[in-house]
Amino acid sequence: MSEFLQQVINGLSLGAIYALIALGYTMIYGVLRFINFAHGDVFMVGAYIGFYAFPKLQPLLGDGYGTAVAVLLAAMIGCGLLGVTIERLAYRPLRSRPKLTVLITAIGISLFLEYTGQLPVVFGADYKTFPTLIPETTYTLFGGVSIGSTQILVFVVALALMAALRVVVLRTKIGTAMRAVSMNMNAASLMGININRVISFTFFLGSSLAGAGAVLYAISYPKINPLMGILPGLKAFVAAVLGGIGNIAGATLGGFLIGTAETMTAGYISPSYRDAIVFGILILILILKPSGLLGKGGAEKV
Amino acid sequence: MRYRLLVLTAAVACVALGGCTGKNDKPGTAAEGNTIKIGHYASLSGKEATFGQQVDNGVKLAVDEINNGGGIGGKKIELITEDTQSQTQGAQNAVEKLIGKDEVSALIGEVASGRTMAAAPIAMREKTPMLTPASTREDVTKDENGNVAAYIFRICFIDPFQGTVMAKFAFESLNAKSVAVLKDNANPYSVGLAKAFVEKFKALGGTIVEEQAYEGGQNDFKAQLTAIKGKNPQAIFVPGYYTEVSLIATQARQLGITVPLLGGDGWDSPTLTQGEAKTALEGCYFSNHYSEQDTSAAVQDFIKRYKAKFNGEAPGAMSALGYDAMMIIAKIIKDSGKSDRETIRAGLAALKNYKGVTGNITIDEHHNATKPAVVLQIKDGKFAYHSTVNP
Amino acid sequence: MSTILRPYLYLAGGIALVLVLNLLVGGIGSYDQRIVVNIGINMILAVSLNLVNGFTGQFSLGHAGFMSVGAYASAAFTTMVLPAASDPMSQGLYLIVALLVGGLAAAVAGLLVGVPSLRLKGDYLAIVTLGFGEIIRVILQNVSSLGGALGLANIPRHTTFLWVFIILVFVVFVIERVIRTTYGKGFLAVRDDEIAAEAMGVNTTRYKVVAFVVGAFFAGIAGGLYAHYNSLIKPDDFGFLKSVEIVVMVILGGMGSTYGVIFAAAALTYLPEWLRSFTMFGIKFSDFRMSIYSLVLIVLMLVRPQGLFGGFSFKGRRAAAKKAPIG
Repeated sequence: MSEFLQQVINGLSLGAIYALIALGYTMIYGVLRFINFAHGDVFMVGAYIGFYAFPKLQPLLGDGYGTAVAVLLAAMIGCGLLGVTIERLAYRPLRSRPKLTVLITAIGISLFLEYTGQLPVVFGADYKTFPTLIPETTYTLFGGVSIGSTQILVFVVALALMAALRVVVLRTKIGTAMRAVSMNMNAASLMGININRVISFTFFLGSSLAGAGAVLYAISYPKINPLMGILPGLKAFVAAVLGGIGNIAGATLGGFLIGTAETMTAGYISPSYRDAIVFGILILILILKPSGLLGKGGAEKV
Repeated sequence: MRYRLLVLTAAVACVALGGCTGKNDKPGTAAEGNTIKIGHYASLSGKEATFGQQVDNGVKLAVDEINNGGGIGGKKIELITEDTQSQTQGAQNAVEKLIGKDEVSALIGEVASGRTMAAAPIAMREKTPMLTPASTREDVTKDENGNVAAYIFRICFIDPFQGTVMAKFAFESLNAKSVAVLKDNANPYSVGLAKAFVEKFKALGGTIVEEQAYEGGQNDFKAQLTAIKGKNPQAIFVPGYYTEVSLIATQARQLGITVPLLGGDGWDSPTLTQGEAKTALEGCYFSNHYSEQDTSAAVQDFIKRYKAKFNGEAPGAMSALGYDAMMIIAKIIKDSGKSDRETIRAGLAALKNYKGVTGNITIDEHHNATKPAVVLQIKDGKFAYHSTVNP
Repeated sequence: MSTILRPYLYLAGGIALVLVLNLLVGGIGSYDQRIVVNIGINMILAVSLNLVNGFTGQFSLGHAGFMSVGAYASAAFTTMVLPAASDPMSQGLYLIVALLVGGLAAAVAGLLVGVPSLRLKGDYLAIVTLGFGEIIRVILQNVSSLGGALGLANIPRHTTFLWVFIILVFVVFVIERVIRTTYGKGFLAVRDDEIAAEAMGVNTTRYKVVAFVVGAFFAGIAGGLYAHYNSLIKPDDFGFLKSVEIVVMVILGGMGSTYGVIFAAAALTYLPEWLRSFTMFGIKFSDFRMSIYSLVLIVLMLVRPQGLFGGFSFKGRRAAAKKAPIG
């Protein structure tokens, strides 16, 4: 029993990170109706921003939580700006083109970030050790179940960011505009909403969540490399689809479900199949209920 | 429109002929000219980059010393290094190029057993001697029928020995009777070493309470470690590469696992104990080819020269093995006065009692080196000498 | 010259040319031969993926998965079922049998993957095929009778320049012929406007599945050639990045242009080897070639989405593109 609880805790802390990345997928899909293939690589860049920002920020802010928060913010802002730049340069000119063209462009950007990151003059292909932002302490709960301070932190920060996102989307003017654009871009435009600004803002928000996810991921698994974004990116995408793409609550739910499913598979079936199970879930959900758990069904627009 | 088929075939022709500007009709006669060409293929970039870079440093140091001393019989060594990018295909392309295009007299390389085994058939086909500094998997020096591969040699011990060393160490020195194993299923070296360890540990009378696996490149091991924790082992054997071991150690400690982790030479990298892994791995043990704390003159002298060339950086076991590999090939050429592929092959097969940095090297009839292993303990992020185990 | 016979004359011409080239190739070194054979295998892969991605408009990111099924099936067949072959005649014969086994296995895999996933479109299909490719890789990694992570070793080296390029000529011939038949126009119809095609009575699902299965079949044959050339195959060789590499060849060459794709496959395979020692700003070209390819890909989509050599046999695409819905 305690082993099972331990696996649940492991799964939820992994799921929290997937949920953060999945939110970016879902928001961008919501407004633009396309999968930002490069999202996982924006996530990777976030980890490197954290890696390079740490030695600059640590002398200024000391060893405590101040530095950790500053590193997190640096990665969020850096990724946000990267996301906005990608949208401005690569996606915006293609907005009226066939989806396939946009998809290929997204794959191109994804590859560009991965391979450029591998250049010795950029990040280098080898593994870098992410600095320890907060000292690790392990708390033992009932029945020998233990939880690390990193796991708690990941969980708390992820939930706080999701709550903040909910406020932005539901309670602010720009959030209302985002929802309007996601419902009907042309109608929203006719209502006087500046579509480009809303899309840029969405990219900023989604990408900065990926940046936050990256720092949380990197303190949990402190080995970073330029290809680290591929798998978490794909899994977060599956999480978004599982919850119902375009649906913010769905992305959160999907993230936790995928994280738990993955740990359970690794713990009770075979760790070799932990990645396969995620894709298996994706295939099943797309065949059985393509709109996802919380998504609303509907005929495809033509 | 159909002329395009002609355009296609013309394009094929151009490509086919464009590639064949080099003259490759004299394989095995590479000794002509004023230099002796030696090829080194290594993972200079990619996942296991520090392995390749370390061996490369060792090889380069040896080449510098030989060439600064006037070369061999008036001829300088020309070292041609190719990057495998830590990939199988990269290793095959690199070796094919070194043999076919550069016409090297001998090859040094790889560290990862999987890549050495991928490249070995090419060396066999082209009858070019290949000396691997650090591939320890047992069947690296065997051909497809399980016989000794005529052109493949190594100067390191093999996994059955390394597994025995750690099994004995766990059972006798640590007094651990129940051990768990966490191996990398995607890594031939790790699978082979785990197998050797498990067999020996059981033969000694110990029990393997849990065998878990991961795949290289993954970075969440909590599920496997949680399963291991439930079985309360007295030690955990982790025969993987350093890239994952530091994460495994950190996560094991997060889950409240306090028993020592044990490993093999795949741990040997300066990046192993970076970050949190430094405290997580404190007091853990692994087997290796050499210890920089060895007080013998040969080792200390090597360390001094290495540090002088590479800005004070200390050499790891991989650098020492790379150095020895290059020096052995140089010695064979010098002793025989010839540098063709057959002579080097024969010289390697007959190598006896070579006094290298990593110990006395004798290549046996299976083309393996019988050498002692050292057990190192991680103390304050450094690899401290613990004991030597003779074969 | 009869128009019915003409394509067959070109087929014969292609084979004759390969035979002549084969004589020349015999004289080049093993390293150059390796490059040329790799080029041929990649050409088969790219041309077969082009049927799915280019002609039928279904974006698949799992081609390396089908290649691996073919590689493993044919290699297992050769090493476990067929007796050892010593003379070139029986080697060639056994190779053909093994390739057919590999191709059929890959075709079955293509059918199993295609039927459920071809209900999906665009990005979803891309990700699902990617997922299937990864699942195939993970399964291969865990089947110990196929060598697990160590892979299948000691596969007899039956693949030669001659076989690779003869097969390439056949693959090109088959695909180019099929596309020009009345039946073949259905593939283009599915790509250009699926709804209109459906309305005209084209069984779009069937076309998609056929394209997928045929593409997988040829990918399996390419995998078999690869296995019997390298003597060692590992699940890692057929990862996601291999699929991406083939996709890049198809896109750069121009989706739907067989010859463009062939050229791109040759160029993208040859360049990194040719430029192995070429450095720029102290960086090896082989390091930053992929950065350049991806950048070219992005720029291409912005300024010339039909690919470098697209446009030919690509009629109607731009018109269709203009009508595509935004939402």
